[in-house]
Amino acid sequence: MTFESSLILESLPRLMDGLWVTLRLFVLALTCGTVLAVGMVLLRISSRKYLSWPVMAYIYVFRGTPILVQLFVIYYGLPQLEFIRTGPLWPFFREPFFCAWFALTLNIGAYTTEIFRGGILGVNKGLLEASKALGMTYAQTFRKVTAPIAFKLCLPAYSNEMISVLKATALASTVTIFDVTGVARKIVAETFAPYEIFLSAAIIYLILAWIIQNGVRLLERRISRYAN
Amino acid sequence: MQNNPPIISLKNVHKYFGDFHALRNINLDVEEGQKIVVCGPSGSGKSTMIRCVNGLEQHDEGTIMVNGHTMSSDEKIGNLIRQEVGMVFQSFNLFPHMKVLDNLTMAQRMVRQKTKAEARDTGMKLLERVGIAAQADKFPSQLSGGQQQRVAIARALCMNPKVMLFDEPTSALDPEMISEVLDVMTELARDGMTMICVTHEMGFARSVADRIVFMDQGEIVETGEPETFFANPAHARTRAFLDQIISH
Repeated sequence: MTFESSLILESLPRLMDGLWVTLRLFVLALTCGTVLAVGMVLLRISSRKYLSWPVMAYIYVFRGTPILVQLFVIYYGLPQLEFIRTGPLWPFFREPFFCAWFALTLNIGAYTTEIFRGGILGVNKGLLEASKALGMTYAQTFRKVTAPIAFKLCLPAYSNEMISVLKATALASTVTIFDVTGVARKIVAETFAPYEIFLSAAIIYLILAWIIQNGVRLLERRISRYAN
Repeated sequence: MQNNPPIISLKNVHKYFGDFHALRNINLDVEEGQKIVVCGPSGSGKSTMIRCVNGLEQHDEGTIMVNGHTMSSDEKIGNLIRQEVGMVFQSFNLFPHMKVLDNLTMAQRMVRQKTKAEARDTGMKLLERVGIAAQADKFPSQLSGGQQQRVAIARALCMNPKVMLFDEPTSALDPEMISEVLDVMTELARDGMTMICVTHEMGFARSVADRIVFMDQGEIVETGEPETFFANPAHARTRAFLDQIISH
């Protein structure tokens, strides 16, 4: 077997198009999923059962099933339902990119809610008492004490989640999206050179993961000017 | 003086943690300007008692009145009381993500609605008073334990409280740092602050306290002025306790 490096160079422009799709999917899903998780965690930590229970069910479902299956249910399954096809959301659900974004967002929402909850539970109770003793309300304490400290505690787990999501975007290629993996599969089908092309794709993911890891590390260093 | 209603009044207060009877029929009146030292063996309910005064723990029976308000499980009333009652903890509990001065200004701005300039002004004055104005821009973790506890005292004083509660403020400190904290507390007492201090520092108790309250197994066993309390304790349990801590 020969290794044709020229093939890699030739396919690079197309892989870059795929990179753009991967990045768009990643950033959109991560942003929306994280915003979703902020809302969900507030419900999740509520002592009122009717607020926390639905969130627990949501988390259980999305953590307990493969993303690929979720994606197939959304992309192939939902259109089977009459009211989806005739409903106002059909222009969205017929789009594979929207379906991939939707599945990833719900997934990130579920995982990140638990990550945030862990951070919130990790905040030293003494600090909450100190804030309360100063006459601060629960909401004020949450905003000024709990949230910033929990954020710092969450970062390592959150960066893990970011990298998982980056890799999970490759699943979008199964529903006709030409992200890095999708483009790579297409090129391989044309050139029969899986080794070179998939290796190139792997390197692109590695570089992205490296950027995420180091970005978070910088952020961590910035906010750990204080010891906990 | 005796006609003034007490600023803190506990009547027949009981508190349970599950099956454990943590406070048994506590009765205590504290008048404005009085300094009370609470002592007793660990697990005797000292901390629980003062934590009930500002509602960090909910008492189960009896009445607690603070500054004219009756403590209840209603968060609004609890907050109203806590705004007038400062508290200092054994483990300092400074906010680690804020600089020293920001630790002092946060509640002033959120609770008292002071402007940033006003809050910083008050904060700096109090840092000077406890002798650490030079550390205003550091993070708590950069300070020694004694300094951290003095910041914690200043933080509580920023709210201009009518009462200060101290929950074993020197127990987590290295020996050489205890006196710097006790000095601040003694000065505060001289300025007329109403104080309830849970502490094992009997020297401090002797020189500052108007009354010493001895607790054991959830009840107040004995209350007395320092002179009589140390020289002539009425109760065998008090004597046993004093023997133990003074013999070292």
